[in-house]
Amino acid sequence: MSADLSPLWEVFIRSRNGLAHRHAGSLHAADAEMALQAARDLFTRRGEAASLWVVPAAAIIASDPDEAGMLFEPTGSKIYRHPTFYEVPEDVGHM
Amino acid sequence: MSGICEQAVGGKVGSALTLAETPLLSHVLARADDALILGHRLSEWTGHAPLLEEELALANLALDLIGQARLLYEYAGAIEGAGHGEGDFAYFRDPPQFHNLLLVEQPNGDFAMTMLRHFLYAAFADPYWRAMVVAGDATLAAIAAKAEKEMAYHLRHAAGWVIRLGDGTEESHRRLAVALDTLWPFTGEMFLADAGEAALSDAGTVIDPAALRPRWEATIARVFAEANLTRPGGEWAPSGGRAGRHSEHLGHLLATMQHLARSHPGVRW
Repeated sequence: MSADLSPLWEVFIRSRNGLAHRHAGSLHAADAEMALQAARDLFTRRGEAASLWVVPAAAIIASDPDEAGMLFEPTGSKIYRHPTFYEVPEDVGHM
Repeated sequence: MSGICEQAVGGKVGSALTLAETPLLSHVLARADDALILGHRLSEWTGHAPLLEEELALANLALDLIGQARLLYEYAGAIEGAGHGEGDFAYFRDPPQFHNLLLVEQPNGDFAMTMLRHFLYAAFADPYWRAMVVAGDATLAAIAAKAEKEMAYHLRHAAGWVIRLGDGTEESHRRLAVALDTLWPFTGEMFLADAGEAALSDAGTVIDPAALRPRWEATIARVFAEANLTRPGGEWAPSGGRAGRHSEHLGHLLATMQHLARSHPGVRW
């Protein structure tokens, strides 16, 4: 089927309340309603989902891999942004 | 390989069960047979679906139906009380002993034929199981509680495809219209009840399928309007599936489905 009749959709699954939706994969479907059904049939066969999102793949604005250096490398030298310089009192337990 | 080729006790290899059917046993077997035969038909698509997404969807639908059939056969075994289980009912009955609707044994044809057949059945099975949740028979009500959620999704999925094929391209509409001409006559049988079933529904054990017709017609009208399909008006309505008088297609289906179990009774795999 041509891409026009059956465009690409990205599928996001939330496995239970309180968690965030996570990307699970992609599929082809004619429209939003059938994409949601296909997502249910493809990605939730073993009880994985409490909620589903489908998003037209074309609606996702992605960063340019060629710009990864500009975008992501500068953080590598800012180790002080990691919360590793604090002594956590034992009474606090898990933070 | 131990266990293979164990012979059934008594009778010839792979011979059919002898059943003494009560109205309730016949009713439960009929519902089980609908689910098994339609589930088997859908399983024939495995590896052949037109889209990867639909490959999984069709297998899911098939597994729902076969799961319903297993619960119903288990109950049939309890009603009969002769020690027969799901495998005996599925594999060791001959075509005249099957009570399924003629609709569900019709060949898959193309994807439009399969989806329309599924829609016509699901538009009945969805309200049927929903009504059975509060029917008098407790075991059937428990099975219905599971089946009604499954059939609600079957109806949504099949209706989605009927609308998109009917309102899609010239070719998809043409194929769906051919499927409708082929399958429509078989829909009338869904609403018939024999004397035994009528007595059961009078007693409140099961529901009268004829009572579901207005709801079914409303679903058909809603979906056909979106699909640009015209409800056929023909009066020819073959029946007999419930009484074991089947089209030639069921024998071929059962030959495929049963041949291993009947050639090697007791086989394990």
